Amino acid sequence: MRYLPHTPEEIASMLATIGKESLEGLFDTVPTDCRMTTPWSLPAPKSEWELDDHLRELAGTMRAGTDAKVLVGAGSYHHHIPETVRSLAGRSEFSTAYTPYQPEMAQGTLQGIFEYQTLTARLLGMDVVNASMYDGASALAEALLMGLRIAKKKKKVAISKAIHPHYRAVVRAYLRPTAYEVVELDYLENGRTDLSGMADLEDIAAVALQSPNFFGVIEDLEAASVAIHAMDALCIACFTEPLAYGLLKNPGQCGADIVCGEGQSFGISRSFGGPGLGMFGCREAFTRNLPGRLVGETKDLEGRRGYVLTLATREQHIRREKATSNICSNQGLCAMTAGIYMASLGGTGIRQLSRLNYDKTQYLKEALIRAGARIPFAGPVFNEFVVEFPRDFGPVSERLLAKNIVAGLELGALYPELAGRYLFCVTETITKQTMDTIAAEVRA
Amino acid sequence: MKEVEELNLPDGLGYTDDHEWAQITGATVRIGVSDYAQDQLGDIVFVELPAIGDTFAKGDEFGTLESVKAVSELYMPMSGTVMAVNTALTDAPELINQDPYAAWIIEITPSASSEYAQLHTAASYLDLLKG
Repeated sequence: MRYLPHTPEEIASMLATIGKESLEGLFDTVPTDCRMTTPWSLPAPKSEWELDDHLRELAGTMRAGTDAKVLVGAGSYHHHIPETVRSLAGRSEFSTAYTPYQPEMAQGTLQGIFEYQTLTARLLGMDVVNASMYDGASALAEALLMGLRIAKKKKKVAISKAIHPHYRAVVRAYLRPTAYEVVELDYLENGRTDLSGMADLEDIAAVALQSPNFFGVIEDLEAASVAIHAMDALCIACFTEPLAYGLLKNPGQCGADIVCGEGQSFGISRSFGGPGLGMFGCREAFTRNLPGRLVGETKDLEGRRGYVLTLATREQHIRREKATSNICSNQGLCAMTAGIYMASLGGTGIRQLSRLNYDKTQYLKEALIRAGARIPFAGPVFNEFVVEFPRDFGPVSERLLAKNIVAGLELGALYPELAGRYLFCVTETITKQTMDTIAAEVRA
Repeated sequence: MKEVEELNLPDGLGYTDDHEWAQITGATVRIGVSDYAQDQLGDIVFVELPAIGDTFAKGDEFGTLESVKAVSELYMPMSGTVMAVNTALTDAPELINQDPYAAWIIEITPSASSEYAQLHTAASYLDLLKG
């Protein structure tokens, strides 16, 4: 098979037709300082078996396999994936279809997404949930833009510094070319967001908090939403770990207007960081400003149940530059997977699994305190927490790594003021033995 | 869709190029959309209204009309401050299709009454539609 199907004669004839001397000439309109001038520096090609070996070698240098015990979350969580998820989400009817462009032809896909929306709306306590966004970070950026659209004339948004640093970077990237300003709210000694200075801020359309936040600390969303509404702004609740809402009061009950975050925890493998699933919901009053696609349930002429893409006038093929967002693809298969995951566990299962995460996390936290560690943030946590060790944790971490245990994430790169502190995550996959081993190594 | 001759374009209103109408009602001015606008949009399913007290200049966008097939922005025929919005449209946006002149959208106190004279009459608006 020829991958470059044009012969030199054909290329010359095409160039002559458009009046260019060479293929290079096609790129004249790209400014020279935006163009690559150095040649590609690539290794020699490999055979298929050599490439397999090479990739295996690379994979071997990582502790990402199922045999490793990973106690790092920080936005990407190692949870057990039930076999029902792999079996159902792997069906070719779901896995081969791209976003439904001729949507009503694919009733099964629409029904699956409708169920995902319904289950997510119940979990988050929202009236409406869309058919998903790319990931948690872009969902937060879209939520802030939505807040600005609703507020109309306001020019600023505020986000907590305890929101995942990557999410904040994406927010800055989204808002940099606009006239809007992003204000960051610092965190307190207990790891919660400092809302005390917020009342002095003016022109704020929306305030976003993450709960549990990046340090694992559960924010007081109820008090926050009262304070945020008092300044006539919208309350955006963000999350990286939706499983927490199996146990915690959901953001809707706490007064949040828009809820957004990452759904990777629900049956989606970590896959070196992606693809993720942007969960996104809002109160009914704001539906017209919701970005992304929305599946609705209806009846056909004969009274039979059917599913449609609804409120499409918000989308860019009708609304053009005034569309509520220019996302044209949803994470269809990831949303379907999360829907299957939630349905597999059920409400009781999610609550029990959530409780298990919480209990195991408390176990490790207490074991580490007994081993001499300190917990710098006093706020309540779900399945992550920050630890400060009495001595350099580096050598301990190395010894644990040798035992295939990845113990925590050093925070200096993300929060320089927290250098030397570690963020630990405990999910249902971490056994008591593993946690005891960690505590023993800390004591040693 | 209606032929131009079939359109209902009452006298006594001022019309814009964007197909809004304005009607002087004492000290205030009522604003809506023309028969042509409702006919072109088709079944209207949603009206986005401004807040009472909002102030707009002539030509500013003050709301949107959404039909099953399109979305259209609403522009101020005259400058002024919103004194009332027709909340009946929130639950029954189809009122605009039924009678676009009874279904006013907002009522304003104009800041420059002289702007009314710059609007089309029914006759010149009809000429505009005929192209």
